[in-house]
Amino acid sequence: MSELMNNLLFGIAYLILAPVVGGLLAGCDRIITARMQRRVGPPLLQPFYDVLKLTEKQEIAVNLIQDFYVGGFLLFVMISGIFFFTRGDILLVVFTLTLASVCLIVAAYSSNSPYSQIGAERELIQTMSYEPMLLMVAIGFYLATGTFSLSEIMHGHAAGIIFLPGVFLGLVYILGIKFRKSPFDLAMSHHAHQELIKGTVTEFSGKTLAMVEVAHWYENIFLLGFVYLFFVWSAGWSILLGLLACAVVFFFEILVDNCCSRIKWQALLKSTWLVSLVAGFINLLILMYMR
Amino acid sequence: MSFMKKSPWVIHYDGSSCNGCDIEVLACLTPLYDIERFGIVNTGNPKHADIFLVTGAVNAQNVPVVRQIYSQMPEPKVVVAVGACAASGGVFHDCYNIIGGVDKAIPVDVYVPGCAARPQAIIDGVVQGLAVLEAKRKLLAEGKLEELEQKDQLPPLPPQTHVKEDQA
Ligand code: SF4
Repeated sequence: MSELMNNLLFGIAYLILAPVVGGLLAGCDRIITARMQRRVGPPLLQPFYDVLKLTEKQEIAVNLIQDFYVGGFLLFVMISGIFFFTRGDILLVVFTLTLASVCLIVAAYSSNSPYSQIGAERELIQTMSYEPMLLMVAIGFYLATGTFSLSEIMHGHAAGIIFLPGVFLGLVYILGIKFRKSPFDLAMSHHAHQELIKGTVTEFSGKTLAMVEVAHWYENIFLLGFVYLFFVWSAGWSILLGLLACAVVFFFEILVDNCCSRIKWQALLKSTWLVSLVAGFINLLILMYMR
Repeated sequence: MSFMKKSPWVIHYDGSSCNGCDIEVLACLTPLYDIERFGIVNTGNPKHADIFLVTGAVNAQNVPVVRQIYSQMPEPKVVVAVGACAASGGVFHDCYNIIGGVDKAIPVDVYVPGCAARPQAIIDGVVQGLAVLEAKRKLLAEGKLEELEQKDQLPPLPPQTHVKEDQA
């Protein structure tokens, strides 16, 4: 019973704190990025200013269905986060996350603007690229611990990274796509690239865009949760190790973002599938053999 | 508390400028001037933008483009005309195709002088624009959208343009 209450509390804490922490992370990201480019960069709270400003803008929707889909995106990202932080089933988390990205794709498809159409197509390709690896993460944990339940995975007798180094590598590789960082920011980028305008979100403005932004914060937080998962076991101090790993991975993604230019979609698909196959699948094969 | 002034997103359009002013606008983004310090981002998308920076005197060909970008921006919005050309036509004012300034195509709120306008002046122009932006936001927050749209109405098409009003 107390376990249930505990999990419930975690879920509520996620709902309230994730946008705060996610926004702060986005602020850190922008400052670190600016420093890497020898600029001063915006204030730490800039992402919050941006989102609050967007809510003050006039509502212009190209069609009525758009807001519904974007709302669905936010809702499903929140739900998959809740599944994650109430320590539910890791498979459920992965599938709900897919549903969320489908909502975003459909929202982008709902307008006739060529930019958002291309953005939606690219988003689809991105989903195709990272989805196998995300599934392998779930399967990998199953093979390593014998369960899909997150609460048991977190209380295993050893850290997941020991059994799943290849899967972890693959996860870090695809996180670039999910964080929308170069070289994988084909569909929509946080830095104002211009040739595709803003891809998926071209036709969103005002509150709709603000919703996408907040959903992205939620998403970032629980994606870092996946990283965290690889480093915790029953020992109490492993929590610190997990948080440290999240920070390192996040910094690494920013560094890569600033070092790389964007790649073509063919290269994206080939490279992610190659990494998934070589790092992830071989890791899984070895685990299966060991069992 | 309003956040409009803390995160003005900019869209930049080159309305037949000589590219001098464009380069100065882009210089604002470089590490030396770094306008992201003020939360300013160059969006390239009218639907995300708050401030419209136009350089050049606008010619018969791109009047419809300027007007369309302006119409796609959600309220509150501000137009900053950058450079002598954008203000009055500048050195090009006698050309047959030049309509003689951005304000012949869309309503302008702030004029930034100079040929080319300096990055400092452009940043100052944007900051001046923030006050206008804030005033417009207040109007919108009070529900006076019609009054606002009245203010931001497009002027009649200048005589040089070849397109009809409904195409513009
Ligand atoms: S004001 Fe001067 S620098 Fe700017 S576009 Fe006109 S001629 Fe070029």
